[in-house]
Amino acid sequence: MRRIFAGVIMLILMSLVTYVLFFSGGLHPERAACGKNCSPAQWEQTKKALGYDKPAVVQWGEFLKGTVAGRTYPEDKALAKANPSLVSTCPAPCLGYSVVNTTNVSTEVKTAFPVSFSLAILAFIMWIVGGVFFGVIAALRRGTVVDRGIVGVSLIFYAFPTFWIGLFFLKFFAIQWQIFPVPSYVNLTDSPLAWLGNLVLPSLTLALIYMAGYVRMTRAFVLESFGEDYLRTARAKGLPNRRVLVKHSLRASLTPIVTMAGLDFGALVGGAIITESVFNYDGLGALAVDSVRTLDLPTIVGLVVVLAAFIILANIVVDILYAVIDPRVRLG
Amino acid sequence: MTHAASSPAPETVPQQRPSGQPFLSVRDLLVHFPTVDGVVKATDGLSFDLARGKTLGIVGESGSGKSVSSSTILGLQRGTRAIVKGEILLDGTDLLSISDEQMRLRRGRDVAMIFQDPLSAMHPYYTVGNQIGEAYMVHHDVSKKAARARAIEMLDRVGIPQPDRRVDDYPHQFSGGMRQRAMIAMGLINDPGLLIADEPTTALDVTVQAQILDLLQDLQREFNSAIIIITHDLGVVAEMADDVLVMYAGRCVEYGPTKEILTQPQMPYTWGLLSSVPDVAGDTESRLVPIPGNPPSLLNPPSGCAFHPRCAHLDKVPGNLCRTDLPDLTPATTGGNHVKRCHLVHPEDVWAKEVLPEIAPELAEQNQEPTA
Ligand SMILES: Nc1ncnc2c1ncn2[C@@H]1O[C@H](COP(=O)(O)OP(=O)(O)OP(=O)(O)O)[C@@H](O)[C@H]1O
Ligand code: SF4
Ligand SMILES: [Mg+2]
Repeated sequence: MRRIFAGVIMLILMSLVTYVLFFSGGLHPERAACGKNCSPAQWEQTKKALGYDKPAVVQWGEFLKGTVAGRTYPEDKALAKANPSLVSTCPAPCLGYSVVNTTNVSTEVKTAFPVSFSLAILAFIMWIVGGVFFGVIAALRRGTVVDRGIVGVSLIFYAFPTFWIGLFFLKFFAIQWQIFPVPSYVNLTDSPLAWLGNLVLPSLTLALIYMAGYVRMTRAFVLESFGEDYLRTARAKGLPNRRVLVKHSLRASLTPIVTMAGLDFGALVGGAIITESVFNYDGLGALAVDSVRTLDLPTIVGLVVVLAAFIILANIVVDILYAVIDPRVRLG
Repeated sequence: MTHAASSPAPETVPQQRPSGQPFLSVRDLLVHFPTVDGVVKATDGLSFDLARGKTLGIVGESGSGKSVSSSTILGLQRGTRAIVKGEILLDGTDLLSISDEQMRLRRGRDVAMIFQDPLSAMHPYYTVGNQIGEAYMVHHDVSKKAARARAIEMLDRVGIPQPDRRVDDYPHQFSGGMRQRAMIAMGLINDPGLLIADEPTTALDVTVQAQILDLLQDLQREFNSAIIIITHDLGVVAEMADDVLVMYAGRCVEYGPTKEILTQPQMPYTWGLLSSVPDVAGDTESRLVPIPGNPPSLLNPPSGCAFHPRCAHLDKVPGNLCRTDLPDLTPATTGGNHVKRCHLVHPEDVWAKEVLPEIAPELAEQNQEPTA
């Protein structure tokens, strides 16, 4: 409970920082809305209509109020009264209205989120399963060709730029050999099979980068656990090797892996920018890039809040898992 | 592996166990670890015997090879790059020549081991009952429930109060002494013939130490097991052991019945160990004299007698023998099966005239009076 509260405070502060930094940078978000041949008078008018004339802190206050009470646009009350047909509402929790995309930010996020989340979760499963599996094999065969091969190959994937691996997959697996479809996002609810098939290549691209780290981490922690006294005890009991590995060694190695995985996953939801653009997925990463390019302030703020909330949530989940895994945390 | 494949199953091996043969017989045990810096000679030519119901104490400074020697009996070095030679005959079977799987089946059932630090020796994520029950289940085809019942029974036997509740506690919820009791319960749950206790009380405070040693002695009487107890503490040896083996730089330097080793030791290193014990003879005036110098490197042990750089008596040996020739294990002048590894010709005189008066003046006077 305390952590959730702290998380909310953090989100509020982060949105404030975004507003303040944005305007202290001398950026003019109204510019795009005003059009190509924008006279100074029109500029001022647009600025006022969008509410960008107010101090950053006031705008931030309105944003906060909107998240609780909802908002109506345009900001300029006189303008709204004069043209009732222009008024659009943004029900609570309102993250703002994107003039650039002429839609509410929450709608944008709602459309893009499933794309990024599907990508992230599939990549997550791939890299955890692959990372732990190959990490354990490398540990068991430490010092041999197998070990060096696994670590080396995972490093190669790690070292290659994401876009290169992505394009490689696209070119060969999708276009040349046609093993997988040329990916385009399909809703899970529309066709689970198509959803999965289309996600394989992009998720694998994403997973391969993370996998290298998990292979090495698993390998290191499994090897470390081999030196633990309790592993010697397990062997001294006469347990078969497999049971020593799975019950005693892996269980102990799991804690740091879960911690890392949770945080990586939280960050990945909004961070798969390159992969999303290579495969033309309209996820949160793509949305973020666009919003920055067009100085779409409401979308930027909305994304900051949503993505930060996700990371904070991931942190809380990791903490809970920690207690589930380690009785010393649970029972004090 | 070819050896294991060609050798018949243990049942068909003719019973080659003359009535006089001891339960455990270690012959010329050698354990070397090849490392990048060279070969670590952790154990070299170690031999000893142990009967059921008896206790052997192994003493020696840190790094003298005590743990390596004893964990080799359990086969824990298998699968590593360690070089192991010699024979470890347990009840007539050479543990060094059976297959890995056969060794695994004996581990925890015929030979069990308890370790120095019971906190790190138990898995932090599993309950005490789970870990003890697991030791039972791996060697008995029983249900989880039966294993748990057996674990409770053993916890009760080693003196854990409310065992039916504590069985579900995690190791960190136990006190140090209780954890070591739990480890003992785990070690004895399959009623092994041989129990190896590697510094079982070092991590515990003094009153708890005494309780644990009492418990071990009780259980030994009840189960008639052979015990190897490894320790730095000659007090523990005096209380527990029937025989003592003193190790230095991977070798046995003195071996014999406890009483003789403690009262008539014949090797300068053993003298040094005795001098560094405050109260071995119940003598309050005794002086605590630590052995000067550091334990030798096992990568590059000193030539000749490995103890010579620290020995105060090498000038009593003619020539340069101590520096050039490794002394053999030879019978001590007290006779019996007391052996020592030292070039001194009359160690008993040096002990009586020089060493004893120094470390236990009262005792020395008592011994002198009848002759004076
Ligand atoms: N796997 C290994 N590889 C290389 N050297 C090893 C290995 N295991 C043990 N040694 C070395 O063997 C020597 C003997 O170690 P051992 O643990 O038997 O000492 P010890 O007498 O039990 O000491 P302590 O009283 O500190 O427990 C040490 O020098 C140690 O560094
Ligand atoms: S052999 Fe020499 S150096 Fe070694 S203990 Fe005996 S007297 Fe000392
Ligand atoms: Mg040791």
